Amino acid sequence: MEDFLHMGGYARFVWPAYGLGFLVLAWNIWSALRVQRDALARARRRAEIGRTEGE
Amino acid sequence: MATWTWFHKLASPPHFYRIAGKMIPWFAIPAALLIAAGLYGGLVLAPADYQQGDAFRIIYLHVPAAWLSLMCYMTMAISAAVGLIWRIKLSHALAAASAPIGASFALLALATGSLWGKPMWGTYWTWDARLTSELILFFLYLGYMALRSAFDDLTRADRASAVLALVGSVNVPIIHFSVTWWNSLHQGSTVMRKGGPAMPVSMLAPLLMAAAGFTLLYAALACIRVRGEVLIRERNATWLKELGSA
Repeated sequence: MEDFLHMGGYARFVWPAYGLGFLVLAWNIWSALRVQRDALARARRRAEIGRTEGE
Repeated sequence: MATWTWFHKLASPPHFYRIAGKMIPWFAIPAALLIAAGLYGGLVLAPADYQQGDAFRIIYLHVPAAWLSLMCYMTMAISAAVGLIWRIKLSHALAAASAPIGASFALLALATGSLWGKPMWGTYWTWDARLTSELILFFLYLGYMALRSAFDDLTRADRASAVLALVGSVNVPIIHFSVTWWNSLHQGSTVMRKGGPAMPVSMLAPLLMAAAGFTLLYAALACIRVRGEVLIRERNATWLKELGSA
């Protein structure tokens, strides 16, 4: 395990790279879901307004 | 004929919204499995490189990220062109949805490359053809997004940004061939080269899995983001009212 974490002496390059990779993947998932959720909430509000105006 | 009917049906926003929603898990679950398997294989199972030691394990993020940054740009440019020529809103939506994904992976390719460059070349950065052209790709994504946000009118934003995406596509072959055309510090192609990949299977398989996983992740993210774009674009459509709790 210690050998694995040590990465043959390249730990300070390999692990930050993987840390950044994790961040980019997480940001992509979070950001896509947030954009979709916000758009849906706004569309629902518009539809609600449209419905009351139509009555 | 049948193909066109199908295409028109798919290109209609309500249909696309529903189908894209159903497709997300079919892309996302294999993507998660492939990325996990690829990174585990690359970090744990693959043997250390005889020249680069364990530093080469950065490849399992670097190459899939760089590949995705290019593939995403091509998708963006082609769908922008389709949107420009045939005036298909959904095409513009896909182009707009691709930009932030591509930008983030171009940044990851640059950052992981930098962390790999330091131990191998002795520097985090150099104005080398491959590095510079990938940096330009990152700026093209940023420019595309900035240009879009400068317009209040979506139709005009679509058209102006589509032209930028098309002009910028000249950079894609430059990035790909930069290591052949110029004397570059960056190593040449390892996977897509004449005579097959220059890697043993134990190293290559995790790389291909991670690259496939990133590609599928792009598909899942694009489905989610395009659904959002569709909602923004279809301001007054009646089908939005029927979305209910979907």
